[in-house]
Amino acid sequence: MLAVSKLGAGYGSFQALFDVSLEVNAGESVAVIGPNGAGKTTLLRAISKLIELSAGEVTMEGRSLKDVAAHEVIAHGISQVPENRRLFARLSVEENLKMGGFLPAARPKYGERLAFVYSLFPHLKERRAQLAGTLSGGEQQMCAIGRALMSGPKLLLLDEPSAGLAPVIVQSIFELVKRICAEGFTVLIVEQNIRQVLKVVDRAYLLETGRIKSSGTSAELLASDEIRKAYLGI
Amino acid sequence: MPVFDIFLLEAVVNGILLGGLLALLSLGLNLVFGVIDVVWICYAELIMIGMYAVYVLHVQQGWPLVMAMAAGIAVVAALGALMHQFVIRPVLSAEPINQLLVTGGVLFFLQAAATLAFGIEFKNLGVRLPPVAIGEMSFSLPRIIAFAVALAGVVATYLLLTRTYIGTAIRAISQDRQIMPLMGVNPNRVFVVTSALGGALAGLGACLLVLQYDIHPAIGLSFGPIVFVICVLGGLGNMLGGLVAAFIFAQFISVGGFIFHIEWGYVIAFAFFIAVMFWRPQGILGGK
Amino acid sequence: MSRATLGVGLVLLLALPLSGIGAYPLHLIIMCVLWSYVYTSWSIMGRLGLVSLGHGAFLGIGAYMVVMLWNHFGVSPWLGALAGIALSVLVALIIGIPCFRFRIVGHYFALVTLALTEVTRLVIVALRDQTGGSLGATPDTALAQGASVSLGALQFSSKIAWFYVIVAFWLLGLWVWHRIDRSMTRLALEAISQEEDAAASIGIDVTKSKLFVTVVSAVMTSIGGVLYAQYQLYINPDTVSGIGISLQIVFGVIAGGMYVMLGPTVGAVFTLLLAEGLRLALGEHFSKFPALDLAIYGLLLVLFIIYMPKGILGAALERWHKRRATRPVPAPG
Repeated sequence: MLAVSKLGAGYGSFQALFDVSLEVNAGESVAVIGPNGAGKTTLLRAISKLIELSAGEVTMEGRSLKDVAAHEVIAHGISQVPENRRLFARLSVEENLKMGGFLPAARPKYGERLAFVYSLFPHLKERRAQLAGTLSGGEQQMCAIGRALMSGPKLLLLDEPSAGLAPVIVQSIFELVKRICAEGFTVLIVEQNIRQVLKVVDRAYLLETGRIKSSGTSAELLASDEIRKAYLGI
Repeated sequence: MPVFDIFLLEAVVNGILLGGLLALLSLGLNLVFGVIDVVWICYAELIMIGMYAVYVLHVQQGWPLVMAMAAGIAVVAALGALMHQFVIRPVLSAEPINQLLVTGGVLFFLQAAATLAFGIEFKNLGVRLPPVAIGEMSFSLPRIIAFAVALAGVVATYLLLTRTYIGTAIRAISQDRQIMPLMGVNPNRVFVVTSALGGALAGLGACLLVLQYDIHPAIGLSFGPIVFVICVLGGLGNMLGGLVAAFIFAQFISVGGFIFHIEWGYVIAFAFFIAVMFWRPQGILGGK
Repeated sequence: MSRATLGVGLVLLLALPLSGIGAYPLHLIIMCVLWSYVYTSWSIMGRLGLVSLGHGAFLGIGAYMVVMLWNHFGVSPWLGALAGIALSVLVALIIGIPCFRFRIVGHYFALVTLALTEVTRLVIVALRDQTGGSLGATPDTALAQGASVSLGALQFSSKIAWFYVIVAFWLLGLWVWHRIDRSMTRLALEAISQEEDAAASIGIDVTKSKLFVTVVSAVMTSIGGVLYAQYQLYINPDTVSGIGISLQIVFGVIAGGMYVMLGPTVGAVFTLLLAEGLRLALGEHFSKFPALDLAIYGLLLVLFIIYMPKGILGAALERWHKRRATRPVPAPG
């Protein structure tokens, strides 16, 4: 479904990603793992066209995103949950979800999608009129994911969903991600928390200082010496 | 002298009526600043153009008044949108003061254009409405109408901002501009719509002002600073603050003008503003 | 531009009135130099990020104090000027202290100063019995028959005398600009404009530095108002106070270049040439197009800010420096 081919991107004169290639097939859940500063967030930004590519190409269902503007990406079925949630703090939970369904094509389905999100996150339904900025960290993450689901995406991008959350909450977040994958969504998740995320996804790529170092199924990576020594402290 | 002075009450009520109109005027400016983070220093001049538009269409072209007013609102809305797209957008990434100054250029230009087109004699819409008497008090009917329409305008804006998709997007973009594209929102388009809305509010204000006052290319200089001061007083960008500040400021003008001479009412109001700046520089409802 | 060129330019300028040019061109040059002085006074604040839309207040206070005290109380303009300066300093402190203490900067600061100039204008108009209101005021003449100079009343009938007085103040203004440019204050304020908290943490007294520059600017502008009143012999609230004149000052400085010493002067020259050029070009049609120069200013201000934010002189200097930097180094030997 998503194919990233030899992608290069960065900020001004600073290049963060080099020759990155990966793919995500329909129905899969794939992770990009790696240490801080590896370029994971940059990768998702490049896919969502929030930054321009300096090299390479991204295609979604065979269509190149080269000339697609940032605000048009969602119409191609790609929706992102940004790093640190980035909710609209002074809008209510429901208004945040409404913004997720802003896309004209999504508006007719607003009611049914809202119901779906509330069924996934009953907590949110209780707090629908509450200002998003007053939610707890875990609730904010739920709201952010819900917001991204409102457009009925084919591919869901998640940028470090566990960042900044207490360990107890992190656990529930990953269970949520597992549930979303089980619901049939195609997911590309970027994470520092390697152990937890590999338990949830089918495959993963290892990104280090802007380059893909290795890839494989979750089982393979969990078993690999490289990962175990460098990242799992074993 | 009786303890209860009917004419003081008249002044207070007039202050409330004036407050409604000033509240509407401040709304447009606060909306644009709150969302786009730009001060339209030429805001009063946009209103002046709106007033001339109504004048031209109604007095010179003979359109019915309400139609002329609707067209006037559309003209200023378009002007706001165009100004954003061609004048402000190029400097959005420059220092904020440049954005303010660039609208200063528009101020000169609009004043001059109006002078070239209409000359410097005062023009009047020629609409004469009888005053409304309540007991010994007498109120100008246009002022009452202006108050009612202004409040309707404020309510309509509130509904637009809370009930529609674009309105929610306008509120959202002022909180987090960068992630708007993730939701399929083109930030520039939201800014243009916001500017059109700000212009429309200015246009509505123009329709209400033109019922009560003469038109002159430089009238922007007389009420412009009042509108800015009200916005800063309420907390620049804070729409509710602007409404509150408008009513307070209008009371100072009205009651101060009643107790002393009418012009001193304005001086007192401005002095009040400066005093508030010492106590709470971010404005009455402003946050930092 | 070398010192020598500037020196020659200065000598030519000083010799100008003696060259027998007509009264009207001399008047234009005097106004040009006077506004250069006022623009320069504004720019010492503006270039450090304190963009004031309220300098009309100081101009107006200087002008009206001097004329009112002379007309109503016979107080010599020298003392009147001191009174005007004192009041301007007071006003500058009243606005400056809370603004800088609470870190009011950018557009808030601009709008607060706007309110200030508006209050000044309103007070002048409201006091119409004393000030003549919107109709303006004229200092009573002190020149008895035949006399051409009254030093006590600061009135000269000869334009030439005024020329030298105003040029002297213009040079003084440039000198002040230069001193502030070189002083710690400027370095402090640039550090502040980068990172206010950091600057404060290394002991730079932010408030005091900003206040100093503001007061100096207010004093200089106030003197400008005095000179204007005494030279022009007619003042009116809209020409010396209010938002119109404040914006005009800003435009002049932006057009010429805010960060360069002679920038404001270039801006004043530019503004003047524009107005006079239009008058010449349109000839007798000029009166048919009132405010055409204002329309063009407005357009130019927009264009300058978008395309040439450093102003004419600033952009020219930048290009000149670039050319020097890329000039090939001559081979040794």
